[in-house]
Amino acid sequence: MAKTKHASAYWKENIKYVLILLLIWFLVSFGAGVLFKDALNTIKIGGFKLGFWFAQQGAMYVFVILIFVYVRIMNRLDKKYGYDA
Amino acid sequence: MMHSLILEGIGVQNWTYILVGVTFAIYIGIAIWSRASSTKDFYVAGGGVSPLANGMATAADWMSAASFISMAGIISFAGYDGAVYLMGWTGGYVLLALLLAPYLRKFGKFTVPDFIGDRYYSKVARFVAVLCALLVSFTYVAGQMRGVGIVFSRFLEVDINTGVIIGMLIVLFYAVLGGMKGITYTQVAQYCVLIFAFMLPAIFISIQMTGNPIPQLGFGDTLSDGSGTYLLDKLDGLSAELGFSEYTEGSKTMIDVFAITLALMVGTAGLPHVIVRFFTVKRVKDARKSAGIALLLIVILYTTAPAVAAFARTNLIETVSNKPYAEVPEWFKKWEETKLISFTDKNGDGHIQYVKGDAYLKDENGKFDFQSPNNSTKNELYVDRDIMVLANPEIARLPNWVIALVAAGGLAAALSTAAGLLLVISSSVSHDLIKKIIKPSISEHGELLAARLSAVGAVCVAGYFGINPPGFVAAVVALAFGLAAASFFPAIILGIFYKRMNKEGAIAGMVIGITAMLLYMIKYKLGWFDETVPDKSEWWFGISPEGFGTVAMVLNFIVSIVIMKFTPAPPEDVQEIVENIRIPSGAGEATH
Repeated sequence: MAKTKHASAYWKENIKYVLILLLIWFLVSFGAGVLFKDALNTIKIGGFKLGFWFAQQGAMYVFVILIFVYVRIMNRLDKKYGYDA
Repeated sequence: MMHSLILEGIGVQNWTYILVGVTFAIYIGIAIWSRASSTKDFYVAGGGVSPLANGMATAADWMSAASFISMAGIISFAGYDGAVYLMGWTGGYVLLALLLAPYLRKFGKFTVPDFIGDRYYSKVARFVAVLCALLVSFTYVAGQMRGVGIVFSRFLEVDINTGVIIGMLIVLFYAVLGGMKGITYTQVAQYCVLIFAFMLPAIFISIQMTGNPIPQLGFGDTLSDGSGTYLLDKLDGLSAELGFSEYTEGSKTMIDVFAITLALMVGTAGLPHVIVRFFTVKRVKDARKSAGIALLLIVILYTTAPAVAAFARTNLIETVSNKPYAEVPEWFKKWEETKLISFTDKNGDGHIQYVKGDAYLKDENGKFDFQSPNNSTKNELYVDRDIMVLANPEIARLPNWVIALVAAGGLAAALSTAAGLLLVISSSVSHDLIKKIIKPSISEHGELLAARLSAVGAVCVAGYFGINPPGFVAAVVALAFGLAAASFFPAIILGIFYKRMNKEGAIAGMVIGITAMLLYMIKYKLGWFDETVPDKSEWWFGISPEGFGTVAMVLNFIVSIVIMKFTPAPPEDVQEIVENIRIPSGAGEATH
């Protein structure tokens, strides 16, 4: 029973991190790049309108960062629960 | 016909023969070195691929002829709307890394139908999954073989069909001999070839147009003509002047952009040839890491493509708009011969009027008829979107070997994707159908032989469709994502994250999801139910067939959950499988 409890604590923590990362995933792509594009386009950085930049550049950079952050978080979590063997 | 190509020195064509020949020799050499000796080698490359190699292989597997040749061109005509492909084809990797890859690796089998069949304790579920995998992969692979043929014909003056056959032989050789193991290491080499071939011209053009050597930054920089104007402002201005929509605004509705992007993301995460790559690494943590590496390597090309699109679009408009036809540059004439660009002087002033609208009328097959100018528009120029990448090195006046490199890169992109898909098809047949459903008593040796024979069969079918493309192939390739989104993605996600999900729910969800997608596609994309393809205004919720995968996916989720509520829970041992895949440690080697 202790073992199952341990496993479900790990799972809960995992789900929490995944949901946070997916929220960011949604905000940078569907949020900044699609839904709020017009509002963001009033801001300009260099030659880029911000909404357009998120849709064609920014969202993709954030995607890459998200996966590597996830890799780090999970490696630490695996260690904490002794699942890194 | 291509006399103008042989400019100086070795000439483009000889360079192309040399570079294509050398890269092909490398692929074949790798295949001989890494040939498969067991089914495990054949299906999952022995299960010991390093995260870096797997990341490179996944990136090459993923980036097809369409990504390499057509994407920048599509964006350059679609402007902002092109973002659906950029975000859609990269965002799916976040879903893969966070929701699928680690768990499927821990599960430790060979194929996607393996997971569906075991998790839903049902041969029917497995069979439905095999059908979905075959449907998705065949629609996709036909387009790749055609792509190989087109690259050959454009650069080497051979017939498209000869090109398809050469491509078939090469893929046949290394897929049949090496299986997943051969494919993985050839894809590593193919990634290097294709990324080099894509980036080099892009960097040169960025320097020429903006003085910035990094295309991603040059994209937002000022033009190097000393005017101090930003490239994108200039392009918005030019587009508006000629009657196109502003480049950074696009013309699709917001709901459609949303739906297409989501369908492509989820479809990416549900494509069997991508998922199966994560079965080839050693540990769960390697699966996560290689998803990150794969996306990083993909994003290098995907963030460059929109920059290339904007450069090429500006360059094109400035070079041709209102310029005398007699003074067009060399590359214009050359690509005119292959009908990738075509001019018709409707008002007889000898100048090129390039504005919104079709320059030519379409024939009954929906192709432009270059003999019949469309007099209802003022536009006098037809431009094929593929020219944006293919002609880029010439527009930028780069040396001949760079032009040849683009050909080798395009072939690498098409061949690597075709090989990955063929492997999914052959393992679906030999492993999921023959070993798991029809003849479980088959020996290891027999299964390996069956895998090789089905690879041969799959290459022949793909080659047939490459030579005789049914009119609907091009339309259907884009929709392979919708099909994957509507079928696999919900079944796998629920299988991992919802322990109570049972076979009744999953099967009903997959069947209804994929049927809805197929029907919508047949009605609104192919128009087989009516005399003609129905107008946009009839789309459900204003969502195009490309975006309907999102709706079909939601439908799949709802149907699965509702049916599950009324049917018995899965047996104890299946619930234990779910508990087990959630824990990363002890990921054994992939087994039968």
